[in-house]
Amino acid sequence: MTPLVQLTRPSRAPKATVACTINGQSVQVSEGTSILAAAATIGVTIPTLCWLETLTPVNACRLCVAEVKGARVLAPACNRAVESGMEILTDSPRVHLTRKLVLELLASSVDLSCAPELTALMDAYGARPERFGPPAPANAAGTKQHAVAGHHAPPDPAFAATTSEPPTVDNELYVRDYAKCVLCYKCVEACGTDHQNTFAIAVAGRGFDAHISTELGAPLPDSACVYCGNCIAVCPTGALMAKREFDLRAEGRWQPEAQHAADTICPYCGVGCTLTLHVQDGEIVKATSPMDNAITMGNLCIKGRFGWRFVQSTTGR
Amino acid sequence: MDTRASSEEQLAVDRVLGAPRSPWDGGARGSHRDYHTASGGAARRAERTMLLPALRALQEHAGWVSEGGLNYVCERLDVPPAEAWGVVTFYALLSTSPRPTRMLHVCDDIGCRQRGGLALCAALRASHGEPAVHEAQGHAVDLAAGQAAWMTSPCLGLCDQAPAALVTDAGPEPVERLLGRVSASAVRDVMAGRALLPDASASPARPQQGSAELVLLARAGTVDPLSLDAYRAAGGYAALARAAQLGPQGVVTELVVSKLAGRGGAAFPTGKKWEAVAAQQATPKYVVCNADESEPGTFKDRVLLTDDPFAIVEAMTIAGFATGATQGYVYIRGEYPLAAERVAQAIEAARRAQLLGANVGGHGFAFDIEVRRGAGAYICGEETALFESIAGRRGEPRNKPPFPVQVGLFGKPTVANNVETLVNVLPIVRHGGAAYASVGSGISTGTRLWCLSGAVQQPGVYETPMTITLAALIARAGGVAPGRTLRAVLLGGAASTFVTPDQLEMPLTFEAARAAGASLGSGVVMVFDDTDDLEDHLLRIAAFFRDESCGQCVPCRVGTVRQEEALHRLKHRRTIGSAADEHALLAEIGAAMKDGSICGLGQTAYAAVESAIKSLGLFSASRA
Amino acid sequence: MFGAGGGTSSYEEVEDTDVVFLWGSNAREAHPIWFHHLLKGIRRHGTRLYVMDPRRTTSAQWADQWLGLRVGSDIALANAMAREIIHAGLANTAFIANATEQFEVYAGAVESYTLEWAEPVTGIPADVIREAAHAFAKADRAMVCWTLGITEHHNAVENVLALINLTLLCGHVGRWGSGCNPLRGQNNVQGGGDMGAIPNKLPGFQDIELDYKARQRFEAAWQCAIPPKAGWNLTQMFHAMERGALSALYVIGENPAQSDADAHRISALLEGLDHLVVQEIFLTKTAQYASVVLPAAASWCEGEGTVTNSERRVQRIRKAVEPPAGARDELAILSDLARRLGHEWGTPSAESVWNEFRTLAPHFAGGMSYARLESLGGIQWPCPDESHPGTQFLHARLWETPRAGRAAPFSIVHHDPPWEARDPEYPFLLTTGRRLESYNTGVQSSSYASPLHRGETLDISPEDATRLGLADGELVRVTSRRGTVDVPARVDASLRANLVFMTLHFPDDVATNLLTIDVADPRSGTAEFKACAVRVEPIGVGAVTLD
Repeated sequence: MTPLVQLTRPSRAPKATVACTINGQSVQVSEGTSILAAAATIGVTIPTLCWLETLTPVNACRLCVAEVKGARVLAPACNRAVESGMEILTDSPRVHLTRKLVLELLASSVDLSCAPELTALMDAYGARPERFGPPAPANAAGTKQHAVAGHHAPPDPAFAATTSEPPTVDNELYVRDYAKCVLCYKCVEACGTDHQNTFAIAVAGRGFDAHISTELGAPLPDSACVYCGNCIAVCPTGALMAKREFDLRAEGRWQPEAQHAADTICPYCGVGCTLTLHVQDGEIVKATSPMDNAITMGNLCIKGRFGWRFVQSTTGR
Repeated sequence: MDTRASSEEQLAVDRVLGAPRSPWDGGARGSHRDYHTASGGAARRAERTMLLPALRALQEHAGWVSEGGLNYVCERLDVPPAEAWGVVTFYALLSTSPRPTRMLHVCDDIGCRQRGGLALCAALRASHGEPAVHEAQGHAVDLAAGQAAWMTSPCLGLCDQAPAALVTDAGPEPVERLLGRVSASAVRDVMAGRALLPDASASPARPQQGSAELVLLARAGTVDPLSLDAYRAAGGYAALARAAQLGPQGVVTELVVSKLAGRGGAAFPTGKKWEAVAAQQATPKYVVCNADESEPGTFKDRVLLTDDPFAIVEAMTIAGFATGATQGYVYIRGEYPLAAERVAQAIEAARRAQLLGANVGGHGFAFDIEVRRGAGAYICGEETALFESIAGRRGEPRNKPPFPVQVGLFGKPTVANNVETLVNVLPIVRHGGAAYASVGSGISTGTRLWCLSGAVQQPGVYETPMTITLAALIARAGGVAPGRTLRAVLLGGAASTFVTPDQLEMPLTFEAARAAGASLGSGVVMVFDDTDDLEDHLLRIAAFFRDESCGQCVPCRVGTVRQEEALHRLKHRRTIGSAADEHALLAEIGAAMKDGSICGLGQTAYAAVESAIKSLGLFSASRA
Repeated sequence: MFGAGGGTSSYEEVEDTDVVFLWGSNAREAHPIWFHHLLKGIRRHGTRLYVMDPRRTTSAQWADQWLGLRVGSDIALANAMAREIIHAGLANTAFIANATEQFEVYAGAVESYTLEWAEPVTGIPADVIREAAHAFAKADRAMVCWTLGITEHHNAVENVLALINLTLLCGHVGRWGSGCNPLRGQNNVQGGGDMGAIPNKLPGFQDIELDYKARQRFEAAWQCAIPPKAGWNLTQMFHAMERGALSALYVIGENPAQSDADAHRISALLEGLDHLVVQEIFLTKTAQYASVVLPAAASWCEGEGTVTNSERRVQRIRKAVEPPAGARDELAILSDLARRLGHEWGTPSAESVWNEFRTLAPHFAGGMSYARLESLGGIQWPCPDESHPGTQFLHARLWETPRAGRAAPFSIVHHDPPWEARDPEYPFLLTTGRRLESYNTGVQSSSYASPLHRGETLDISPEDATRLGLADGELVRVTSRRGTVDVPARVDASLRANLVFMTLHFPDDVATNLLTIDVADPRSGTAEFKACAVRVEPIGVGAVTLD
């Protein structure tokens, strides 16, 4: 029996293999593999911040830089493809210095208290953000929103400028805390072309005043936001946080170590999204979906992300 | 967000975009067809390339981009409002709050600040209050009174006529003018709403005018820039005719032989670039002329654009022919209104003469050009940021590789060349690459334009072979004033380094500059004498990089802030530890910016600071 | 279809297909994560999207072309496309010859469906129909996906068959990236069917009347006789109540008092029952009519088991939290009930029930052990044995030469407009649908504080609003031949004149189903929720603030 046409997925041409060295060790990977992925094949971990397996690399944080011998500047390991004959160093003095500075520059301007991975890296790289002086007093709400591109007030020599602003709580589902935003672009990508394509948020402003914003800086309920929470799911620093978690943290009752999680299937339509329910004290406190799930890639809609309250509603059950 | 645009705003946008086609792109309801079908998809999303022109139209019409106006543009172009907001707030010349119809932008950058710019700003502060950056920072502007407001500006590219200013009059007939050698009384006239003088870029300093040694500037100031006939009579379009004889491959070969290197700052061999684009299979291909000349102290491209616009049109046409590109864009910085007008006129004239269009000059290939104007963003001079800007996105540079020759404008193979580079193509094609390469030495072939400004007696654009020494070039510009001493030269631009008096015998070749640890950059030769406050200039440079960082990558976004803060601590003797400690901290910030930034802006933001501290000995005192 | 009760394609193929006809579906809001896969196709593969929907929905806004057909003119549109494809010589003759039957009859039946005829009937310009038909036929791979816009009609099955005809005509089935796919509205619509919760099938889609061997297998396993005749679907049950043939009803996890068309009638029928048992997680409107309420655990997070999604993937649900006091696992309730009725089922676990199913429907699910479902992240049926990876797309057999199995028949279906037409007394056509943040009758989705929540509205075109002098929030009275509701109006540019829209999400506030008509498809039992004639009158008591 021969089929009339090819029935299966049109095959893609097999990729050539390229050989390079990473920290002196020979590595062979298929063409197009990033330095990050190539390093992982030999057990070399490169720190990342703005990279996520489900998002297009934006190479904005520069934490993953690696040294390619002969290149003028360092290369972002998350996006730079390995080329044949490349000699790559992932922990040279240049790499170490740039990573340390990236961590210091971030920590001196952003509240990293909800980003334990970053604070651990700071210890590992000997980052001392206090070198830039004491952090400036908190900015008023909307400071970045009202800044004008290409202009800034002269610096105050007594302080290091920060991004701090009071958290924006303008709806019952999530909180935006610009003081914690490292501008990794993950939320913009998740809301935009990589997944949700709602484009409720984008980067606005320029330079140090660049920030994530809705249209005209409007409150979320006046924006295009559809509350899928796919931005929260990818936020690495807690700058975007479900209101429930925000409130529990404020009450000192958020205890990740006391939570357990179970994977089930969202009840709200027939797509079959895996829901990971995070349970604390017998109560669901958060819903996520695994990043490596082929159906969701970590995404959910408003119903899946927030619609589970009914099972623990005290009225009616 | 459903605020509507005024009918005037809609008209202003429609003048750029054409009338809406259906209720689904901002038009009126009523047609039976529209109730039952609508087109969308990729073709519609591609219209986003008109975003910046449409936003500029709103700005020019109303003096700001209102919520209703923004909504209308978003509806017309199917752009999500949050993304459009991200674009509006990226550009310094687009305002998101109401402004008076007349705005005065006074240059306080290094070319102007100590040559009258700061004095003008001080006078304006006294008479009109703080600059109208925004309500919270400046004084409230009484819009009802129709008064003018003022702002400071980074380098306006009019350093040959310092101090410089840009005036914009919003309205149905918008006016934009560059003003040079601005006096206190001229400022009073502007602020009082009086009629504006002609654009100063129409009459640049032309110190070598008529000289036989001129190649690139041969026509500048002597041939009518508005007349195609005059251009042809002066040898124009002979290069295109020759190109047609040589064929695409022949043109590329001549370019390779000429060893022409890019004049925008990176000095990449132009022939190699064209060869790479010609070899690409993907279509369509594009030619982009980078006329976003914004490096402080640079104004040579402005002179070419205004004095010889047909040369740019012809050179881009040859680039299209040689590489198989069918569409060209000239991206002109927003602060060059006359240049944009003249290039647009030249394109129109060439189109009428069928030197652009479906069958260029009867040579059997298609090529056309569109003018795009920037809106106040130095970073858009970085070629990939420029592509993003043309595509209607924030001018954020991309990582390279992939390079533009493979993945450029709209993701397609693209030749991106600086204005001066393109003009060099004409003599190369016309007289052969070998003849061109016989001028100069090594890889530093041909003539080059130099932007002489600062403490020289005859500032202006000078054209010489690259073998000229820095001392000789400065001497040509009259040297420093009698009784003054040359203290330093900023060579190449704010992204380059200071050269000290003992280095003046350096020839201005790529080789010699590299050996001296300097860079020719975009041809800036800004001279400082003993009356200049160099520390003040350095603080301005640091502020410039902070202002112009796009904010995308951490080393540059925060590094430029920390660099400026450290310099201010040094300036105010408020150092953390000793001055040497601050120098060490600056060196670490600088190393991370240089090694870790995505693009040239961050990579060079420490260069001038480093050389000023190391070579000029600035900021050596510790906490008082 | 063609003997299997599920969508033919996988989500991954949506990302890699050339043309998608999204027909009668606002998947952007009703199936948001499936729409992500479609968006990946649009963004990365260059998939061209055509959306057939009377409203220009948020899905239609993503379309290369929106085809805003008149409500209920789906068959007219599909048949006109078919005629155009045949006449343009774009039919896949090799596939038709190999895999189908009745093509000649079909071609004859659609012959009268010219573009000129279809334009006034569907409202869609002839050139647009033509372009869409050509794009579909010429595409290397293309699929049709649909939802309730196709199935909530009195001729639901014929609507589906008209779409399947198009895929057969162009050979867009049985290969990677081509297929016909209903998007399921609940997480186990597909799984319910898989497990035999349809009137004429045993678990695994084995026919209760025709498949003698299967019936025997079940009788042996269950040690009882299975009546060899199909049961009733929901609509037939209500008819049976009406004529007194059905007097006791056991409802599990369904809210017909609010979810079914012509709610006045349904309520009366439920009230008239001798005995009504409702097994529910809430005291729903239906439960309030019950003689006995059995409080149940919410299976999806308080119990174990499996569900099947719209790509036929069987997936595990797991217990994350304990049910509230008194609420019991549904399997335990059923086993206890069986015991009371004299059948000792022991204490089956979800897995043991599933394993029994695997042995009774081996060709279908034999290879799907819990361990494999776990390790593979779910498996797409059929999966006959434990070495089988599952089936990404169905019906590849149709392409084999000689063809394996029986041919896929073209179905002869004709345009049959909605039961109720607009008339001077009821001059508007009301169509119903879903919103992103809400779900069916709102039993679950009303419990969270979504900023998107706004109550029920009558969405009306700007033209009609102007004509009636209506502004946003103004209360109107909506009346059909069956009932009346008062509801705030909302001006919606996605609608055209004479077409109004409501949801079914807020039955406690505005019982939309008092208006809808319960004329149902005889085969599927689905009522024509998508079309009924109504009158809209301003009440003149002022406006409320929307949102």
